[in-house]
Amino acid sequence: MSEETKPTAEILSTLEEHFPGAAQPAEYEGLVVAPDRLVDVAAFLRDEMGYAYLSCVTGVDYPEPTAQFPARFETVYHLFRSHGGPLTLHVHADRDEPSVPSLVSVWPSANVHERETWDLMGIRFEDHPDLRRILLWEGYEGHPLRKDFHEVYYEADHKPFSSRHPDGQPVQAEERAPLGRNLRYPPDWSEGGDLNPPEGWEPQAEVAIYDPLEERTGGNGRPMPTEQIVLNFGPQHPSTHGVLRMVARLDGETVQELEPVLGYLHRCHEKIGERNVWLANMPFTDRLDYICSMSNNFGYAVAAEKLMGVKPPERAEYIRVIMAELTRILNHMVVVGFFTNDIGVYLTGMLYGLEERELILDLFEMASGSRMMCNYFRFGGVARDLPEEFLPMAKELVYERLPRRVEEMDRFLFNEIFEVRGKGVSVLPAETAVAYGCTGPLLRASGVPYDVRRAEPYSVYDEFDWDVAVAYNGDVYDRFVVRFEEMRQSLRILRQALERLPDGPIQEGKSRHNVKMPEGEAYGRVEAPKGELGFYLVSDGGRNPYRYRVRSPSFTNLGVLGEMCRGHLVADVVAILASIDITLGEVDR
Amino acid sequence: MYGIGVLKTLSVTFGRFLMTYVDDARWFLKGGFGKRYSPEALPVRQSPGGRGVFTVQYPEEKLPLPENYRSFPFQVIDPETGKSPCTACGICAQACPPQCIWVVRATDPETGKSKREPAEFYIDVSVCMSCGFCAEFCPFDAIKMDHDYEIATYKRGDGEYLWGLERLSKPLAHHAAIHPTAYAAEQAEK
Repeated sequence: MSEETKPTAEILSTLEEHFPGAAQPAEYEGLVVAPDRLVDVAAFLRDEMGYAYLSCVTGVDYPEPTAQFPARFETVYHLFRSHGGPLTLHVHADRDEPSVPSLVSVWPSANVHERETWDLMGIRFEDHPDLRRILLWEGYEGHPLRKDFHEVYYEADHKPFSSRHPDGQPVQAEERAPLGRNLRYPPDWSEGGDLNPPEGWEPQAEVAIYDPLEERTGGNGRPMPTEQIVLNFGPQHPSTHGVLRMVARLDGETVQELEPVLGYLHRCHEKIGERNVWLANMPFTDRLDYICSMSNNFGYAVAAEKLMGVKPPERAEYIRVIMAELTRILNHMVVVGFFTNDIGVYLTGMLYGLEERELILDLFEMASGSRMMCNYFRFGGVARDLPEEFLPMAKELVYERLPRRVEEMDRFLFNEIFEVRGKGVSVLPAETAVAYGCTGPLLRASGVPYDVRRAEPYSVYDEFDWDVAVAYNGDVYDRFVVRFEEMRQSLRILRQALERLPDGPIQEGKSRHNVKMPEGEAYGRVEAPKGELGFYLVSDGGRNPYRYRVRSPSFTNLGVLGEMCRGHLVADVVAILASIDITLGEVDR
Repeated sequence: MYGIGVLKTLSVTFGRFLMTYVDDARWFLKGGFGKRYSPEALPVRQSPGGRGVFTVQYPEEKLPLPENYRSFPFQVIDPETGKSPCTACGICAQACPPQCIWVVRATDPETGKSKREPAEFYIDVSVCMSCGFCAEFCPFDAIKMDHDYEIATYKRGDGEYLWGLERLSKPLAHHAAIHPTAYAAEQAEK
């Protein structure tokens, strides 16, 4: 903890020099910045102190006054530079009319995050270019993450629910409140009791999407104006990798403006997480990015252990690294496969990727009991030790099969067709990538060798010999060059980890289901296959998280999609989306 | 030269195509036609050593499950007492993330005091997320994760997936059979 607080103190004194009175130490970590100086302070931190990367923006609701500060809403910003831990900024806002200046002008990556914070927490961001709901629909009533919001089938503020024991009543939520009675409709809908919209009703959500798009594109500037058309991809479309909808304004076949419309898989993961006890969130994180459940477990465990101040034993750390790197190979194999599907190879490449994935899932099943929803990590260790048959199969895979299969996939993908489809398509300059908060292969393909495993080493990654994969053209082609290189580096790490896997315990202390967290806040992040996966946790010292926030890489990377697609053909949109690599479970949360 | 890359790609697909038949032929040579899909061949052909494309003909054929595999919970019934070691302590109901376990503690009809055994025990498996916490945190080894994954029914609701004690109870021998290593470790601890 001490090495993290030191730079904060240094920054505080520097800020005091330039902006007297603008910042003060926060309750747990980081600084509290005065809202009226926020934009200046942020620009100063970016330009003079090197905090070029805004990872996460979120809000916290404090309906009751805390030790230092009155009742308030707080927005929390996590900033990073090329090396080291986060600088956390807190900005306080009024509890009744919360409003904070927007930071989109400083870091464009704030765009999607601020929209989400407005959507779920109801904090208004002044001067935000397009402050609309992002996960819920326009017209939704209320802001779910506020502490006084009660969801459908609300039973109690915190689990475990008292109705389960000692005189439990097996009544399902649907029976308690049948559909229709648990929803609130606008008053003019229920006339006649049929819950149909009144005549002439126009869905606001659609208007809110199409109108700004039209405004932004304007005319095409040619002497003879041509008509632009609106094209909807999805939400049910084979190339969107889930239920993602993209609204594009086309001029001929060229994309003028494109906007992803999210939220079709939204289940308010964070609200569920705040109801759960701490450990019960572990199986829920599996369902974020359901392709790589092990790295989600990893991220949550790292964040929670930061809060608890626990360090897992060495064997557990090695097992974690083995699982995380297997997950990376698994994910990249599948992504390459899906990409070939998207550019027209149909199922062949996809099944080649899935074949290797199945074998890695066999390993996960052996160790954790489940192929996809692993739920394998515990705070301070892993759930159970590796079974006997794990190591022989893992070694055969890592030493024999996977290296050959990675090279074979390389031969399969990199041909002239892929060059035509990938080279020079959707070039993302490094500055744009950093400004939009891109992480993972998307960022590294733009020539920024930023990897959380190197920048802020967690677990035992500093004990291995490996290189950060990087490519420099920033196009679709290079994103896959990076992914292949990452698979090779993962194999390198795996070989070292399997060789040096120590004996010993796999759990620090005893794993308990109702662990109490010390009061405080922590931001833990890992390099998931898709990018930086961060968990921001606030504890009030109880058995349930006070605030549980997931910073998912897919969601943030999607923020740059419109930028990447502008000026390209409709057919390229599919390839561009596939090259970002998203999972909708993680985007919509 | 332009086109070499495409030829390389096609060589990969053609190699896969050939290898499938080469592998079939290898197993054929080992023991005739039936050998290709024998229980002996299945785990090998679906392992890292397997080559070519191979399909397990589910539901006629099934791959063996690893011991740690978990589907849904069951209550272990001790053959000596005919009862579950469950004391209705409610830890499983507290640990359950989606809160799908209901435990009712039994009361002694004569004294009116609560007994250390469940009167009723329900798991709503349509809500259960198969996380295995109930089995992991049960202090009495009364609840274990099953290997049975074929639980599809034609109906939803009507309590079809609300399993009571009757449906959940399975003999200790079942636990010993599907979890040999864990069972041996439990016995050694006793």
